[in-house]
Amino acid sequence: MINGLLNGVRRLGHRVVDMLWRMGVSTRFFLLLLLHSGQCFRRFHLIIREVFSTGVLSLIIILVSGLFVGMVLGLQGYETLQTYGSEEALGILVALSLVRELGPVVAALLFASRAGSAITAEIGLMKATEQLAAMEMMAVNPIARVVAPRFWGGVISMPLLAALFSAMGILGGWLVGVVLIGVDEGSFWSQMRAAVDFKEDILNGVIKSFVFGVAVTTIALFEGYDAPPTAEGVSRATTRTVVTSSLAILGLDFILTAFMFSGV
Amino acid sequence: MQRATLDLWVGFFVAVGLAALLFLALKVGNMGAFDSAKTYEVKASFENIGGLKARAPVKSAGVLVGRVGDISFDTETYEASVTLKLDARYPFPRDSSASIMTSGLLGEQYVALEAGGDEKMLANGERLKLTQGAVVLENLIGQFLYNKAEGEGKAENSPQ
Repeated sequence: MINGLLNGVRRLGHRVVDMLWRMGVSTRFFLLLLLHSGQCFRRFHLIIREVFSTGVLSLIIILVSGLFVGMVLGLQGYETLQTYGSEEALGILVALSLVRELGPVVAALLFASRAGSAITAEIGLMKATEQLAAMEMMAVNPIARVVAPRFWGGVISMPLLAALFSAMGILGGWLVGVVLIGVDEGSFWSQMRAAVDFKEDILNGVIKSFVFGVAVTTIALFEGYDAPPTAEGVSRATTRTVVTSSLAILGLDFILTAFMFSGV
Repeated sequence: MQRATLDLWVGFFVAVGLAALLFLALKVGNMGAFDSAKTYEVKASFENIGGLKARAPVKSAGVLVGRVGDISFDTETYEASVTLKLDARYPFPRDSSASIMTSGLLGEQYVALEAGGDEKMLANGERLKLTQGAVVLENLIGQFLYNKAEGEGKAENSPQ
């Protein structure tokens, strides 16, 4: 009885120590990555290639889901606002919810599952096939050559993808609200413009998506770099990337929202 | 993939992303719409501002002529001191009056400016003399109930 209890406590302690250890290692990994970033800016085409594979290849999923999220917002918002006789506020509802929350968060979640998992699998496989070790043998630093360009590629792509998501969503809301249902076009745009502030809403959304970009790519890179060099290890690391970065996005979103929109 | 096509795609992606940001800033947000225009500030004291917030619209004859800047509490008069940022294109006479209104039944509150007849125009930093605060719904209901009770009392006391 007591032994079982002790074992339970021991397992808990082991988990906590393991988690703290991983946090420490990932922080060191992040600092190392920043330290070696200078070299990859001198060879900018490495970053451009990563912007292509994380940003351009994620374009279609981001644009299509942005459009549909906006269209759903338009429909649902109209249904609710109609009961209060204020359909014209549909523009405000669609724009504010997209620019402040849905744009950065949903785009980051899609980015984590579309690009983050790919990064982890790629680096994990590079490690499993000993390509990283081979690089070190040739006196090429794998962090400077492989990790840092992927990091900056993701950090550059993320805010642009989030902005595209929001813009497409607003177009989707306009499509459903104005073109399909027939909300007055003038008041749709003018009320939106009166309510959305550039600094308060749009700039804070961009800052959010930048933070999410840093978090998602760092988690993806670390999980890949840390993966056990087996098929099972890589698959587990890929799963962990998606789970951890999704949780990190939602947690960070709450913290950032609390700071940005506390309404002092 | 060829480096040239790669560059092309990335360039396209970055251009479209920046265009989306520009669209958000100019078409969705209020950047370049009113804030960049020249404004002059006028102060007004209100007994009660109700739910008025900073950046609420200031309207005259229903047209947007400015925005509420700063709201503070004056400890000398115990009134709310509101700064109105008015568009420099619209000068108002010095004896204009400001009142706090609600747009619609559940809408946001705004400041309505009514032009007076003075020949001199308001200058930057001047104070509006004539103001009317927000109508508090509870007071209104209280007054209505009081009046009604009074009316009934009179009806009972009056000789048949």
